[in-house]
Amino acid sequence: MADRSAALPLGMPAVAPSIAPPAPGELRRDLRLIAEMIEPGSRVLDIGCGDGALLAYLAREKAVDARGMELSQSGVNACVRHGLSVIQGDADRDLDAFPVGAFDVVVLSQTLQATRRPRHVVETLVRIGKRAIVSFPNFGFWRIRLSLLRRGRMPVSELLNNPWYDTPNIHLCTIRDFVGLCDEIGTKIERSVTLDRHGRPFSLDPRGGLANLLAEQGMFVLSGKTAAVQN
Amino acid sequence: MSTITAPLLKRPGKEWPGHSLVVSEPLRLDCGIDFGPFTISYQTYGRLNAERSNAVLICHALSGDQYVAEPHPITGAAGWWTTLVGPAGVLDTERYFLICANVLGGCMGTTGPKDVNPATGEPWALNFPVITIRDMVRAQKRLIEHLGIERLFCVIGGSMGAMQVLQWASSYPEAVVAVVPIAGSARHSAQNIAFHEVGRQAIIADPDWCGGRYLSLGRNPARGLAVARMAAHITYLSEAALHRKFGRNLQDRNAVTYGFDADFQVESYLRHQGSTFVDRFDANSYLYITRAMDYFDLAAEHGGSLPAAFPGTQPRFCIISFTSDWLFPTSESRALVHALNAVAANVSFVEIETDKGHDAFLLHEPELFATLRGFLTGCAEHRGLTRFWD
Repeated sequence: MADRSAALPLGMPAVAPSIAPPAPGELRRDLRLIAEMIEPGSRVLDIGCGDGALLAYLAREKAVDARGMELSQSGVNACVRHGLSVIQGDADRDLDAFPVGAFDVVVLSQTLQATRRPRHVVETLVRIGKRAIVSFPNFGFWRIRLSLLRRGRMPVSELLNNPWYDTPNIHLCTIRDFVGLCDEIGTKIERSVTLDRHGRPFSLDPRGGLANLLAEQGMFVLSGKTAAVQN
Repeated sequence: MSTITAPLLKRPGKEWPGHSLVVSEPLRLDCGIDFGPFTISYQTYGRLNAERSNAVLICHALSGDQYVAEPHPITGAAGWWTTLVGPAGVLDTERYFLICANVLGGCMGTTGPKDVNPATGEPWALNFPVITIRDMVRAQKRLIEHLGIERLFCVIGGSMGAMQVLQWASSYPEAVVAVVPIAGSARHSAQNIAFHEVGRQAIIADPDWCGGRYLSLGRNPARGLAVARMAAHITYLSEAALHRKFGRNLQDRNAVTYGFDADFQVESYLRHQGSTFVDRFDANSYLYITRAMDYFDLAAEHGGSLPAAFPGTQPRFCIISFTSDWLFPTSESRALVHALNAVAANVSFVEIETDKGHDAFLLHEPELFATLRGFLTGCAEHRGLTRFWD
């Protein structure tokens, strides 16, 4: 899953582990934004939780019942070493067992583009979570478009910094693509935020063409299915 | 197999180090028999705190016993989990009160088939009732109640120990804060039953087994038990570990001998494993305990649904598997994780990369230690447990 090398010290000596959440200022900016959206005391599942920076922060600062899922062994071990409840698994294979509404919030940050079945994953997120927060790099960002146009090669950016032949990002999409997927599966977009590369938010209508051109990342709060699609 | 002798098994006696409890109230076993009175032999390390909230029950594996962190009273070998237990260890004796009991049906002091049946004055042998993992756990529950412990801080164990851990979580979820099944499974697989059957048939085929009555007749099916142990021991390792340790190296010779002596180091090693095992283990106990593992199937106890085995409020789980364990592979642990996800239990799951096979839980695995330490510390913080000097 996407690398979330953030604040938790991975090389911490084994003798003194405990939950050591990053201070608010140290939490990566987009994760901070997610943290702000989460009510204290809620049940949260962070999929692709990396080394657990967001979970540790939520557990300590918001008394959240924080659970995580992470593909990399080093990430899982770092989390469990720090007293977090994290299972080794991936979004494609290991989400199906959770019951409907198991969590208040399910977070999928910078990971959707690395899943094999993004549509199924999004459907599952809104099934097992009352709300889902999904963020992803926007392939419609103007620099990416320009790079492809000018160089004629697969774009490599700060957020998507792997060559095409060696990347976990196998299902890249634009903000417009994502909105289209949500419409198709009948998921309600409660809120959307467009972000620059540093995770700084700016407000643009995600359905407008400008957001798709100017935002480097999109962050969406989804919930259940819209009334129109529910049968 | 000329190297394996047939010593008479050391008889149990009052000389076993540690504690024992005589349970007078009979235990209703899964097979329907009310069994008792019986004895539980157990060992403890550390001190129980005033709140009785720091008790950790360690569940031993098939060939293990209660001597977790001290020399074995028969072989003198170091305790089987000295890697974890000790002051400032992962299972910190300055913080936790550790309890380990020999399982029901065992041969290290807890009542088993080699003990005397009061009705006949002879060893129980095959008249001993067939016991299950759940029966072992029921007996442990009696011990815990006797010690005045309402809620265990943790139940932890590997292999068959993990089965007991899961049975605890299923049968007495309110009596456990945290559970750690390592290299385990919610059911014994067909392949594992098959390996056990080979071991049992080796014992039964030994002429010294005498229909199980070898103790009354002054004999010991040591050759059969040794073969059972040798076969089982292969399943505890991995191809990579065997190759790393022995390769095709020859034992104290420069060339093969064109005979059936132990030419290869790996043969010599297995013979050694077999011959030391028979000094400390009872053949009938081996039959009974392997049977208990074969019968273990938590889902079957709950109408075929594994999630149904974990109803209501559950303890915190830390499930651990090893990449090279082909006896209890990661897929078994993952099935367990999925079942626990279905009931939204609080689960951590770590697969540890190692080439040491199933036995990795007994060996020096820094990643295992770090994981356990983090999980237990997190749970201890949650419960407000401190070291005695804090």
